[in-house]
This record gives sequence, C-alpha cells and structure tokens, in this order.
Amino acid sequence: MLVTKDLQYTYQGDSKSLKFPDIECATGEQMLLLGQSGSGKTTLLHLLAGLRTPGAGSIQVNDTIINQLPSRKLDQFRGKNIGVIFQEAHFVRALTVAENLLLAQKLAGVNPDLTTVRDILEHLNVGHKINARTSQLSVGEQQRVNIARAMINKPSVILADEPTSALDDKNTAQVVDLLRQEADEAKATLLIVTHDNRLKTIFENQIEL
Amino acid sequence: MNLLKLSWKNLTNKPLAMLLSIVLFALGVGLISLLFLLENQLQKNFEKNLAGIDLVIGAKGSPLQMILSSMYHIDAPTGNISLGEIRPFLNPKHPLIETAIPLSMGDNYRGYRILGTEPKILDFYGVELAEGALWERNFEATVGASVAAELGLQIGDEFSSSHGFVDDDDFAHDHNFKVVGILQPSGTVMDQLILCTTQSFWLVHDHEMEAGEADEEEHDHEHEEGEEHDHGGHDHDAHNAVPKPLLQEADEEEITSLLIKFKGRNFQALNMQRSINENTDLQAATPAIEINRLFSLMDTGEQALRILAVVIIFVSGLSIFISLFSSLQDRQYELALMRVMGATPGKIFSLIILEGILLALLGFVVGIFLSHGGMQLFAGAMQEAYRYTFSGLEFLREELYLFFGALGIGFLAAILPAIRAARTDISETLSEG
Repeated sequence: MLVTKDLQYTYQGDSKSLKFPDIECATGEQMLLLGQSGSGKTTLLHLLAGLRTPGAGSIQVNDTIINQLPSRKLDQFRGKNIGVIFQEAHFVRALTVAENLLLAQKLAGVNPDLTTVRDILEHLNVGHKINARTSQLSVGEQQRVNIARAMINKPSVILADEPTSALDDKNTAQVVDLLRQEADEAKATLLIVTHDNRLKTIFENQIEL
Repeated sequence: MNLLKLSWKNLTNKPLAMLLSIVLFALGVGLISLLFLLENQLQKNFEKNLAGIDLVIGAKGSPLQMILSSMYHIDAPTGNISLGEIRPFLNPKHPLIETAIPLSMGDNYRGYRILGTEPKILDFYGVELAEGALWERNFEATVGASVAAELGLQIGDEFSSSHGFVDDDDFAHDHNFKVVGILQPSGTVMDQLILCTTQSFWLVHDHEMEAGEADEEEHDHEHEEGEEHDHGGHDHDAHNAVPKPLLQEADEEEITSLLIKFKGRNFQALNMQRSINENTDLQAATPAIEINRLFSLMDTGEQALRILAVVIIFVSGLSIFISLFSSLQDRQYELALMRVMGATPGKIFSLIILEGILLALLGFVVGIFLSHGGMQLFAGAMQEAYRYTFSGLEFLREELYLFFGALGIGFLAAILPAIRAARTDISETLSEG
C-alpha cells in the first residue's frame, strides 16, 4: 500500500514549490503516473522511494510514514520494502549479474542466496546470463536483470522510472508484461512513472501530473 | 558479497590503475625496508666483529681503511710494519697490553682471504673448532665455516694461495697449504677467513723470490747436464716446522697489523694511541670510534635514500588518492544505486576506505617481498663485499611500524574520496543519470 498526502517539494534556490496530487494505491494495485518532461515525475518517484525528503506532506508505505524515518532506518526500509527500476539499467560494473543480485540481497539485510538469484533470473528468462558481466548484456536483458534486482527482496512497492523509454515496441511489451506479472505474483503495489504513450492503453489507473 | 570482496572486485575491475598504485607503494615500502635491513645487518655485523679489540696498530694511512682491512677484512691494508717497530707491543710483560695479535694478509684462495695470525685470535671472536685441529705448523690452515662450505674444503685437502685479494690464477703461489681444521660457524668474519701462521706468509713470499732466481739459474745452465741443483731446498725444513714466537724473529720481517686488547681502558692506554701516532711511523686507531665515523658517513647517504623513499611513499599515497577519486567519478551512479538498494552512507564510506587500505596493504606486501627477496638474492654478492652472511629471511620490528604506517597512508589517501562518496546526494546523481 502506498498513500501520499499534500506532498510538496521545493528545489534548492527555487521560491516556488512543486505540489503533487495525492496518491492512493492499495496493495497489489498497479498505477501509471503520467507527466511531460519537467513536470517533476522523477522528483516524485525519488520522494516516494525516500531518496529525497518532501518539504511538506507525508508518504506512507504500508504502515510506515517513511519521511519520518531517520536516514539509517530509511535506507534499510527502502532496501527491504521498495524496489526501484530506473530508466537506464545501471549495475555495479565490477560484478557479474549474479553478484549484483547477491549484493542487493546483502545490502537490504537479506541473507544472500544463490538459489533465489538463479530462480528469479530463470523466471525472467535471463538465467543463462547469470555469470555474465552486466556490460555484456543487451538492452532488453539489462532491463530484465534490472527488474530481477528490484524484485529479489520481494518488495511490497515497486517504483519504475520510465522503464520503457529506451526500449523498442517489442521489448516494451515484454518488459511491461513482466513487470505486471511479477508484481501480481508478489502481490506488490506497482507504480510506473512515464511519459510513454504506449503504456496508457495497458493500465487502468492513471494519474496525470 | 561482503564489502571486502566488493572493494577487491572494484579494484581488479581497473587492473592498470591498481597496478600503478601498488607498484609505486611497493617501491617506497621496499626501499625503506631494504634500508632498515641493510642498516640493521651491517650494524650488527660491525658490532659483532668489534670483538673487544681496543686498538689496531698498522702502517700510516687512513685509520678507517686500516680498521676495515684488519678487523672486517674488506678494503686493502694500509701497508706493512716491521717487527722491529712493534716488538715492544709483542712483549707479554707490557704493562698496558693484555693481548697483542699479529695479522699478515695479502693472499687469497679462490677469493677468500688468508690471514697469517695466532690461534688466540679465535678467543676474541669466541669461535671454536668444529673439527680437526688449529694451525700450529707452517702451511697448516684452519678454515672458516663459510669457506669450508662454499669451497667444499675438507681436512687433509691441499690448496695453493694466490697473491692479492681477488681470485686470479696468474698470481698463484706454488706453495701448498694443508687444511687441518674447520671452525664452527659464528656469524663473525672468522667464518670467511683461512687462518695460518704468520711465518707461512714470509715463506710463501721468500720462496717465490728464490724460485724465480732458481728458474733463471736453470735457464743459464741448461746445457750443463748432470750438475746438481739445490734450489730452494733449505726452506723445505721450515715448511712443516712449528714457527718460533714472533718475538724471536728478525727485526726486518714484516706483518700487516696488530690487534691490541688493553688490560684496562685507562688514561695511560688512551695516551698510548696518541703517542704512537705522534712519535712513531706507526698508526694506531680505535675500532669503535672509526666504525662510528663510518656509520655517520653512511648515515648521510641513507638519509638521502630515506627522504627519497618517503617522497615515493607520499607520491604513491597521492596516486591511491587520485585513482580512488577518479574511479569515484565513474562510479557515482552505481554508488547511488547501492544506496537505493539499502546501503547506508557508512557502508559506502567503508567501501572506499577498504579500497584504499587494500591498495596500501598489497603495496606493502609486494614491497616487503621485493626488499627481502632482493636481500636474499644479493646476499651472495654482499657476502663477498662485506665478508658477512646477509639474510633476507630476517624480519625487523621496524617493519611492523612500516606496516601500520602503510595502513595509515592507505586510510588517509582514501578518507577524502570516502567522505565524498558517502555524502553524494543519491537523488541528484540518479537524476543526472
């Protein structure tokens, strides 16, 4: 469950503050946040993920008001409960695909487990890349591994920032399917921030910024 | 995937940058450790070989050279002194002198110096026989442990000496020495010497002259067949004889120098050195003073090398700093990503610090390996130069301090990059993509 109220953010050195519409996303619900470039989409996503602190308002994930958590607690909470998928898939370059996922487990305070890693990669059809360097992956594969990393700790909220903007139509369809499927199976709330019109027809719940 | 493993992977991901930092660090550490090793082992060697000798008397020249040649058997002697000049010091009734040991040198066998002296020299160095006997008759030789081991000499073996201090067959004498004993290893210069009677030296060189004359004679009279020659026959009696005490030998016979131990170090003893230097053609020098002078001479050079090593270490610290900082630039996004995945700023800080410390640690290990390996590798050559067994397998307390110093430098070099990495604003970094 993800609920925001009267969320505001003020950029440094800016007198005008950005106001966001209230969001109410029940557990397992999937929602699209639409907005043009510069509408503050990414800022909102970072607020929801606890990467920025809001100027006013509150963000509740399950039973926790995350903007009131001390930073150390927030880091841990994020690692465990929020999976973030970025526009471009970035990884720790020195590590292999499997090691990147093991690191995600470790940093979230979950016991690193290679079986879980292998299962999720198989599930996302990139099982054969388990020992590859992340730089050796194709764009589509990268995005799959990216999803795997966001999902590995079974988060209750998945936030995706323009997950399809770098992909062609075929890959876009696959990635969105995967995201919806994974979120369904994990009973996680899925929130996609995008300006990609291809997605509008797929999701029922939409909020315009 | 713990932090240590992650930092190691991050380093090996850029092998060239890592190599540069490690090589620089290793050079600095290696140089400092090598200086420590050399200084320590040389000093120990010199002090061990002081052997309680209070005064060395020899020919006029450089006092340091005289000490080096007479006590450490490096460098050439300053010249010879005649028995006539030193006879008073040999007298056992001398009021100040407890022991006086004559030394004759100038010959070698395959690079090992032959020393004409008396068996009581072994008491100074605390060396005992391992097997066989001490030299007593002329042309009997008792050899040091290293000599015996290196040349494979055994009791009963015979060898002929060469003139000078380097192994050269052109200067071979035609007198055969016979090995009668082998000394126990002592870590002193005695390990490196071949010991015989003073008179053996005289006989080798006298005979040389006579043999030369005999050769000419033979050449002159080669047509006179049947004529009897008695060349050099007379000294064959002296060959195996027990020599007379030096005190009874003729005034014009020469030795190289005299090692003196006083009955007590008092004002008169100190005065004796000055009066020898001022009133005679001889030179007297105190080993401890000359060696201290040598150390202070070496210290100037060591100081320069030490400064160089510190500069190298500083530069290598700088290189660790720069390589961490520039890798940070590339890795900002992935560090932010790690924060998103739940890493606290403290974890990011530790990660970068670990990378710095790992680099320093590796540099330290490689450096120590270089210095000790080098020491071990060159031990042979240095043994020849310094007449002392060097070892690369000895570790010093100073190297422990060097270890902590290295860790400290790795930490210091990493601290700024680490603070910067920990403070990076995740949201902004991610937005910039």
